[in-house]
Amino acid sequence: MSNSDYDPACLPDLLPLYYRRLFPFSQYYRWLSYGGVTKNYFQNREFSFTLKDDIYVRYQSFSTQNELEKEMQKMNPYKIDIGAVYSHRPSQHNTVKSGTFQALEKELVFDIDMTDYDDVRSCCSAADICSKCWTLMTIAIRILDRALREDFGFQHLLWVYSGRRGVHCWVCDEAARKLSVAARSAVAEYLSLVKVRKKKKKKNNTYISHYFLQYAIVGQELLSSKEGVDKVLNLLPEDILCDLLLHYQSEKNPTKRWERLKTLVHQKRQATSKKGGQYFDKEIMLQYCYPRLDVNVSKGVNHLLKSPFSVHPKTGRISVPIDLRNLDKFDPFEVPTISLICEELDKPRPDEEEEDDTKDKENEIEAGERRKIRDFKRTSLAKYIKLFDQFLDSVARSRKGDMLKKSDLQKDF
Amino acid sequence: MQFSGRRRKLAVHSQNDLYSHCLQLYVQPPLENISLSEFETFAVERLKLLKTVENLGVSYVKTTEQYTKKLHAEISNLNFPHKAEVDEASFTKSQVGPSEYEKRRKDHISHFILRLAYCQTEDLRRWFIQQEMDLFRHRFNDLSSKYKTEFLHKNNLKYDTLSADEKMNLKDQLINSTFGFSGITIVEQDFYKVPFQDALDLIRTRKVFLRGGYAYIPHQDIVTIVLNDFRTRLSKALALTARSLPAVQSDERLQPLLNHLSHAYVGQDYSIQKNIGKISLEQIDPLSAKSFPLCMRQLHKSLRENHHLRHGGRMQYGLFLKGIGLTLEQALQFWRSEFIRGKVDADKFDKAYAYSIRHMFGKEGKRTDYTPYSCMKVILSNPPSQGDYHGCPFRHSDPELLKQKLQSYKLSPSGIVQILELVKGMHYQLACQKYFELTHNIEDAGFSLNHPNQYFMESQRLLGGVKEIKKEVEVPQKVQENSVTNGTSVSRQPNTTQAMEEMGDLDSYFADE
Repeated sequence: MSNSDYDPACLPDLLPLYYRRLFPFSQYYRWLSYGGVTKNYFQNREFSFTLKDDIYVRYQSFSTQNELEKEMQKMNPYKIDIGAVYSHRPSQHNTVKSGTFQALEKELVFDIDMTDYDDVRSCCSAADICSKCWTLMTIAIRILDRALREDFGFQHLLWVYSGRRGVHCWVCDEAARKLSVAARSAVAEYLSLVKVRKKKKKKNNTYISHYFLQYAIVGQELLSSKEGVDKVLNLLPEDILCDLLLHYQSEKNPTKRWERLKTLVHQKRQATSKKGGQYFDKEIMLQYCYPRLDVNVSKGVNHLLKSPFSVHPKTGRISVPIDLRNLDKFDPFEVPTISLICEELDKPRPDEEEEDDTKDKENEIEAGERRKIRDFKRTSLAKYIKLFDQFLDSVARSRKGDMLKKSDLQKDF
Repeated sequence: MQFSGRRRKLAVHSQNDLYSHCLQLYVQPPLENISLSEFETFAVERLKLLKTVENLGVSYVKTTEQYTKKLHAEISNLNFPHKAEVDEASFTKSQVGPSEYEKRRKDHISHFILRLAYCQTEDLRRWFIQQEMDLFRHRFNDLSSKYKTEFLHKNNLKYDTLSADEKMNLKDQLINSTFGFSGITIVEQDFYKVPFQDALDLIRTRKVFLRGGYAYIPHQDIVTIVLNDFRTRLSKALALTARSLPAVQSDERLQPLLNHLSHAYVGQDYSIQKNIGKISLEQIDPLSAKSFPLCMRQLHKSLRENHHLRHGGRMQYGLFLKGIGLTLEQALQFWRSEFIRGKVDADKFDKAYAYSIRHMFGKEGKRTDYTPYSCMKVILSNPPSQGDYHGCPFRHSDPELLKQKLQSYKLSPSGIVQILELVKGMHYQLACQKYFELTHNIEDAGFSLNHPNQYFMESQRLLGGVKEIKKEVEVPQKVQENSVTNGTSVSRQPNTTQAMEEMGDLDSYFADE
């Protein structure tokens, strides 16, 4: 069991262990430096910490990876947020002439929170989640991921589980980091389709159709209860509505009920032959499943968002990256908690010795680092850090590719 | 920006080069000498145009015919360029009025002058950019397709167009995603490939096909792109201008004008009393309910109730009364009789308050005949505090209290809702206009409100029109009718070039304490 009985009261004891032996500082630093292409990119980045007793400190910044480590190990923050890259070191913002301290760049971020779906889930509400309603998250992730990649041309998307009831998406492309407030807001609005129901993408409909039956009809029992039925019927025209009401009196199986609905809608569509007919069934599915975003999170360049690999104080779960290749298998309840991984630290794993030897030969790492790598490899955190590494590798590859292109253009061989 | 360019002589470009298109992005500042009076005239006229743009933008949806027609009329009236279809002949002196060249020149220069006035604060900049953008959008949309393309090329907006093949490949997506397009129009029109950051409005509303970070925009929608470009440039330019401003402000000829422009009222000043002595004091009470704007009605009511008004209230109301035709003697009698009923005795009144009333009429001190306050002045300056009754009720009153007051004046509930909506949107003068429409039982006021005395005159004109029929029956109204018939000849749309004749000394426009 992944829970290992997490108790929030233990956090003060677990955090020092986590930050000293498990937190992936070198990957973290590698990420936020972005290859060192822009001077002081890491140094001008704002971090904020939430300490014990809800003490909140902003405008933290660090000159080196080492400084970041030492500080975190000293403060043992309950929560870590990442902010923007500013024009000056955030820790010195008070010494800067007012008006000149500006947020310059930041990843484009999205926050999908399950509470925004409360009106379409009957199994849970507020902060709770279960495997049934997590499907909504899966749909949202797929749709957003596709839209960001295909429509906007972004390539480096880091999807992170927030630790309790949502996911975050960090778009790390250079172009994304440089977007203005207006651009961010436009992108977020483009993606928040639930409000503007004009153009629907064909591909999205596939995802939705695929999941809808399982999620809404079966899982959420959309057409089983009276309330559910009423909600759906509200979205339909008079004639179909009457027919269905009659039909539902005898037919109780929700799947069959949905089939009937689809058939009727289809028939009506054939009959009307208006351009872009009446896709009521699609509309219903969209209403329920489309991603619901908080635009404010995405708009601000200086907005602070929970950092990957931060701990969620209430659940103890680590904010880990999500592997989109195996999205359907992702289970939020299997995500390791801090208590679990601390426990795992003490249990040795047999195959780790060989892996380390090969690693040491390839890179020159000091003893401390070696130990650290050995440490997290022992724990369930390992696969997530590996995922993070793969992400960083692809960012680096693409950066090298861009630099080559630039030097080619400048005829600089 | 080269401010010194105004004072130093530089080579004048040949007419044909400089203004080869009726529309421009105002990239290059003008480089010539102009007279001060031209400077002032151009500035004020453009400001009038922009204010009209603002008013129309709030009253009508921007794509409707009414909006276009009215804006078009205003542009013509003020002699700004609008049509691109002008032949060579009218480039030189044309039949009547200024030539096309002169119009374009005015457009160019006036824009740059207003930049000086509107670069100073965030609010001013935002207002200026918004109106200039709306104006530009209207003028660009008015151009024929040929001139649109010409404009794009002249201004280096070189976005790639799709080749025929590319278009065919993307045909279905283009049809599905582009608002208002079918198979045929896809083939006919050009499509531009624009980076999405340059087309945010179209992206936000999902009106175009987006792929790989590029928006595929049909020619007809290219205005949105151009507008974004326009906004960015203007925004940057204003920031730069603000930095150079101290140099300009040191010129005493320009400083007063620039300072006043941003708070300018550019209509009639109602200091010319064509109806002096036509109002009797007994008429003020009924008039206050029928023809006074809400601010003055409020002031009058509280004067009657408290037998007193504080300084701000005395100024605002006193000057208004002067504007509707009270003589100095009437004013003194009016205020005196009211104040005496309160805590002030006759002696004190003569010593303290009479002086200030005479001052208002230009009989004391530096003898400036002060002009009644415009709506702008009432709304923007000297906000009322506890115990004050001046200001603009739509701006300064608590919405709840305002609602109650309007209810007590027996306005229809739906009308009150409309007024409150306008107040919420900060359209105070439009709210007052609505109040006018409701109290006079008409659909459309027919004028654009920007001065309390204008309200009074329009009201009198309206009511006079009705009363004319009943002239024989209602004798006591006779005195009022005289002022009404006079009022008819005086009152007209404030935005006429006639008012422009009264430009003489600008200071009299903006008479301050």
